[in-house]
Formats: sequence, structure tokens, C-alpha cells
Amino acid sequence: MTDFSKSALSRRDVVQEILCRRGDALVVAGLGSSAWDCAAVSDCALDFLLWGAMGSAAAIGLGLAQAQPNRRVLVITGDGEIVMGLGSLASIGGARVGNFALIVLDNEHYGETGMQPSHTSGLLDLVGLARSCGFTQAQEVTDINLLQQSIPIIYDEPGPIAINIKVKAEEISRVLPPRDGVYLKNRFRSALGVEEV
Amino acid sequence: MGEGLDWGSGAYEALVKCGVRQIAYVPDAGLSNLLNLCKQNKEMTSTLLSSEEEGIAVAAGAWLGGERSAVLMQSSGVGNCMNALSLIHSCRFPLLMVITMRGEWREFNPWQLPMGQNAGGYLQRSGCIVHRLIDVDDSAETIAGSAALAFETMSAVAVLVSQKVIGVKHFTKEGIFD
Repeated sequence: MTDFSKSALSRRDVVQEILCRRGDALVVAGLGSSAWDCAAVSDCALDFLLWGAMGSAAAIGLGLAQAQPNRRVLVITGDGEIVMGLGSLASIGGARVGNFALIVLDNEHYGETGMQPSHTSGLLDLVGLARSCGFTQAQEVTDINLLQQSIPIIYDEPGPIAINIKVKAEEISRVLPPRDGVYLKNRFRSALGVEEV
Repeated sequence: MGEGLDWGSGAYEALVKCGVRQIAYVPDAGLSNLLNLCKQNKEMTSTLLSSEEEGIAVAAGAWLGGERSAVLMQSSGVGNCMNALSLIHSCRFPLLMVITMRGEWREFNPWQLPMGQNAGGYLQRSGCIVHRLIDVDDSAETIAGSAALAFETMSAVAVLVSQKVIGVKHFTKEGIFD
């Protein structure tokens, strides 16, 4: 296990800590390690875990949150994935979608392609960007205390909310979710009770 | 659109009738009427996008949440959607796109031609069904038929709205005249 950074938080522990209090929240997880983390800590039909369409996770969450305004929608994704869809932050802010929370597991690297540095290892400030885009709350989490403080915000505060969590750039064993997209979609809709006859 | 025909009213009525509850769009002059009608409908959520590929993702999310949606864009935005369309095909999400054409007919801007002349072909090569709206009288029926195909067979369907229907944009040093 190679550790490239100084953050003390481990991404899988972070996801465990957040999802163990999910209640009836709906989850979209971005391509790569974020999807594997969700698969490792939660085998829930109300998780939609992406194997592709990099950069799309946040906008999927937007459409879902607008369709299900009474449910909390969490988008859990990586820094590389969100950077590929930065424009969607403006769309989410503009949509004023109150039940939406974006959680970025920011290891400052592209974990699936050989740990090359991403823009967040340089000058990109995702928290400042989310704030500029109209997110009601945007916070950086760098330790366990801040993580604990962020959890009520993720689930209860009016959104859209962005929590950027600095995590270790580590390679953890992959726990792979089902890779059949049709299955993941139908499982999600059935569990939500919206499957058409 | 001075010389454009009102295809938007028929399209709007068809969208409402088939149960579309969300539209996601990048604005285009040719979409103005349809967009205004959708925005006035309090039962419908209109989402302004930064770029067209977000609309593909919004449509997938809306379907996951039990809602039908439509993605509205100009032909120049089709190229932005290619990787996002893998989401639609891999998961067999239904997708209804309404695409107003530029660079197709009586175009003044040569930079519109690469996408305008090829949008339909790119969409077909990427697995989408392409319908063309070339007669304003067919507006409601074309949208209704495309929506039925998309939502009932879990297909990606694009309606390309011809410049002959939306009108030709005139551009001079004095300003832009639709």
C-alpha cells in the first residue's frame, strides 16, 4: 500500500462513517475508487455506482434530486471525476437543489490510472469553486473532528452542499460492485418503488 | 424568430402529454418558444446546463428517480455528449433529445458546418435513433412518437429540428436578426 500524501483520513473509513448514518438517502458514486468504497461499505440497492461516464456523477445526482425532492441525494466521487464535470457545479448551484450533497474524496491524484497528480494537488480550490457556484455550504474536511461535524450538514442542512474531504492517496483493495448497468438501474428503481409495470 | 414557424407549441404539448417532468437545456434561439413554455409550467423543472453532456446525466438521474425528462440543445452541442451517451447505452436509460439545427441549410457561419452536417450521423453511430422534424405541422406528432419510442423501449431518440422549421438566423454588422 503506497501512501502519497499527508492526510490522515482513509477514504474507506470516511465513506463508512458517512453512509452508516444514511437513513433513506440515495447515493450516486463516481467512477473508480469512490464506487469501490461504496461497494465495500454498503451493499445497498439505493446506490447507483458508476463504471464509466466520467464527469457525470454530480449531474446524475442533480436529475435524481429533482425527481425525488423528499429524499436526500448524496453524490460521492473523486477529485479527478468532479474536475471532469466542473461545469455541473454551476448547474447544481443555479438549480438551488436543496436536497443535494456533493462529497468529494479528494486524494489529489488519479487513483485508477497510476496515481498521477490532479489539479487539486496544485492550485484548484474546490470549496471556493462550489461556493462561487452557489452551493449554500461548502467546507473542507481534513481530520476526523471536521468529518464528524460535516455529517449533520450533509444530511440535514438545506443544499446544495459540497464537502471536500482530503484523504490519503492510498491504494486499497478493490471491492467491485456489479458492472451490469441495466441491473444497477433496475435494482435502484425497484428499491425506490418507481419501476413501471 | 422572424420567419421561423411556431413548432415549439406543438412540441411543448407533446412533452406535457407524454409526462415529461424535467427539461435540461443549453439555450438556443431556435428553442426559445419551447423553453419559455416549459419554464412557465410549474409542474416542470427546467435545468440550465453549462454544457450539453450534463443533460444526458440529468436525464439518467431523473429516470432513476422515476421521472421522464427531455434534453434540449443546439446541434453544435451534440459532440459534447458522446462519452456521456455511454451511460445511456450501458444502462439502457431512455433518452429524449430535441436538437435545433444550425449549419444545415442557408447557414452564414462556416464554423457551424462540422457539427451541423454531421450531428445526425454522430448520434446514429453512437447508438441513438434519429428522427427529423422538417414540417412544422408534424411537430407534436414527431415529438410524441419519439417520446413513446424512447420511454417505452428504453431507447435514446434524438429529434433534429430542421432550420427550415426554426427559421434562418441573419447576422450582420448591425446585429443578429433571427
